[in-house]
Amino acid sequence: MRTKSAAVPYVFWMAVFVVIPLVLIVVYAFTNFDGEFTLSNFDNIDVFLQVFGNSVVLALIATAICLLIAYPFSYFLAQEGTLVRKIAMLLIMLPMWMNFLLRTYAWMSILENNGFLNQLLGLIGLGPVHIINTDIAVVLGMVYNFLPFMILPIFSVIDKLDKRYIEAAQDLGANKRETFRRVIFPLSLPGVLSGVTMVFIPSISTFAISKLLGGGMSFLLGDLIEMQFLGSAYNPHLGSAIALMMLVLVVVATLITNRFGDGEEGAVLM
Amino acid sequence: MKKLVSLLMALLMVLSCVFLPGCGEEQGEVVNVYNWGEYIDESIFDDFEAETGIRVNYATFSSNEMLYSSIKSGGSSYDVIIPSDYMIARMIAEDLLLELDYSQIPLMSNMDPQYLHRDYDPQQLYSVPYMWGTTGIIYNTKMVDKAPTSWMDLFTTDLRSQVLIFDNPRDCIGLALKALGYSFNTTDKDEIAEAAELLMKQKEKGIVQAYVMDQIFDKMINNEAAIGTYYAGDYVIMAEENPDLAFCMPEEGANLFMDAMCVPVCCENYNNAMAFINFMCRDDIVLRNCDEVGYSTPSATALAEMDPEMAEDPVIYPSEDVLAKCETFGGLPSDVLSFYDHEWIRVCLAKVKYRG
Repeated sequence: MRTKSAAVPYVFWMAVFVVIPLVLIVVYAFTNFDGEFTLSNFDNIDVFLQVFGNSVVLALIATAICLLIAYPFSYFLAQEGTLVRKIAMLLIMLPMWMNFLLRTYAWMSILENNGFLNQLLGLIGLGPVHIINTDIAVVLGMVYNFLPFMILPIFSVIDKLDKRYIEAAQDLGANKRETFRRVIFPLSLPGVLSGVTMVFIPSISTFAISKLLGGGMSFLLGDLIEMQFLGSAYNPHLGSAIALMMLVLVVVATLITNRFGDGEEGAVLM
Repeated sequence: MKKLVSLLMALLMVLSCVFLPGCGEEQGEVVNVYNWGEYIDESIFDDFEAETGIRVNYATFSSNEMLYSSIKSGGSSYDVIIPSDYMIARMIAEDLLLELDYSQIPLMSNMDPQYLHRDYDPQQLYSVPYMWGTTGIIYNTKMVDKAPTSWMDLFTTDLRSQVLIFDNPRDCIGLALKALGYSFNTTDKDEIAEAAELLMKQKEKGIVQAYVMDQIFDKMINNEAAIGTYYAGDYVIMAEENPDLAFCMPEEGANLFMDAMCVPVCCENYNNAMAFINFMCRDDIVLRNCDEVGYSTPSATALAEMDPEMAEDPVIYPSEDVLAKCETFGGLPSDVLSFYDHEWIRVCLAKVKYRG
């Protein structure tokens, strides 16, 4: 009984900020301005799929890069002493104290053709690189902003790994590579999976990054949804329908990834 | 006991949800003003409070559409809003504005009559003009071989990846419509589609560097792009930072916009709103505001007192024959607006085929 009553605020919180908005999205998606049931919001699914394709590709690339950076980083960090770990964690968290839009705006100044990066490259005699307003800039913005969400779950899983497994593997004659491949990596999969989810989902739905760093040259799902609310025709019904389609596809994708981690319960998020 | 605690916590959460939006609201007279960003001298609020005892709660929006969606979706309580012409027309048509009580706004008589009774509010029942201005082409004299003179030049230029274009469907498709010789307010879908095709070709050819709104300030000031489309008043601010910039009024004619003070239906402090609107029409306030913002005033009396250097600036106050070619955005039917979005998505999805 006691544990149940302690959950009341949480349940209430979830209801107000998760369940009710979700229900509203579904209701809006299947109604028109007069509140009548309609399926017409799903008519232009071809446009949606085209934009979705764009977004998935960029989000997948960003997620893969995050994983490639975050896994070795977390792996080696977990073997360091307390002080190094604390400092590293602080450095990872520090940028997150600043507003996301400001950080992205700062990247705009760094990547501009006459920006900080190109001035620096110019000093050491390297030609200017054209990054701003391309998909590369968008992916870079995603990786920069969402990398902590990959590092934190992977690190906390590797950090909490029962060292006896590793010792047992070594006792049984596994060399370093085999220990990693057959013991450490499979045991860290839950962290990898939550990291992948936590990077992929914000990447696929972002719109500020493509606006600021992509210069509006690449059009992502977040832009499409934003447009239904802040474009010339205010259409929350169509916006909700697109959001719902995205939601369904993301849930399906998450379910599929989670199948790989079957039985590996307890993916630690933070 | 535990139950009681959790119940209290839940109650606290409900209360904070309900009351947080009104956070910081004290007793006493207030007026809630919702305006464009960087579009007022905020020190004016102190004077207004000192003289009337009414405190100004100030919030800003970045597009007419954002303003519209916050009024339309409800839940907000603004007393004075400052939309542009076409949005005023749309809000009047959808009964989102209250009529003004002009007996409480005597300084309305300062306004130049040519800025009253315009298409967006023909009976002049809902709005008091705030500022006006035009759009146009801003270019960097050091980065172009030939100065642009028309909207069409943005589509035929040899420059690659050097042009910044408006990042919203109305302005962007609008300038392409003008380049083709059509009206900003056409409801002919073939014309709108033709304009979108022109924009798509421009993007495919690699002429466009980016679609931007206020990011254009940094980009033009730092010589990132040779040509950009934006508002004349903002050009004045950019030119102060980068003397190489110049402004061109396209020969096809540009958008003459009028932003006006209105009162939305969600207003809760009607009389304070009237007092605020009247205060904003006072000559000394208008002059201070123009000095800060850089746009043009519709007030005849304030203009007469203005520093001649500013009042005679052809960018801020263009000549009669230039203004005669300009056109103001009007309200469009909702199916045309949806078509704008539809065509805009096609432009957004077009791929750059050549990079220069």
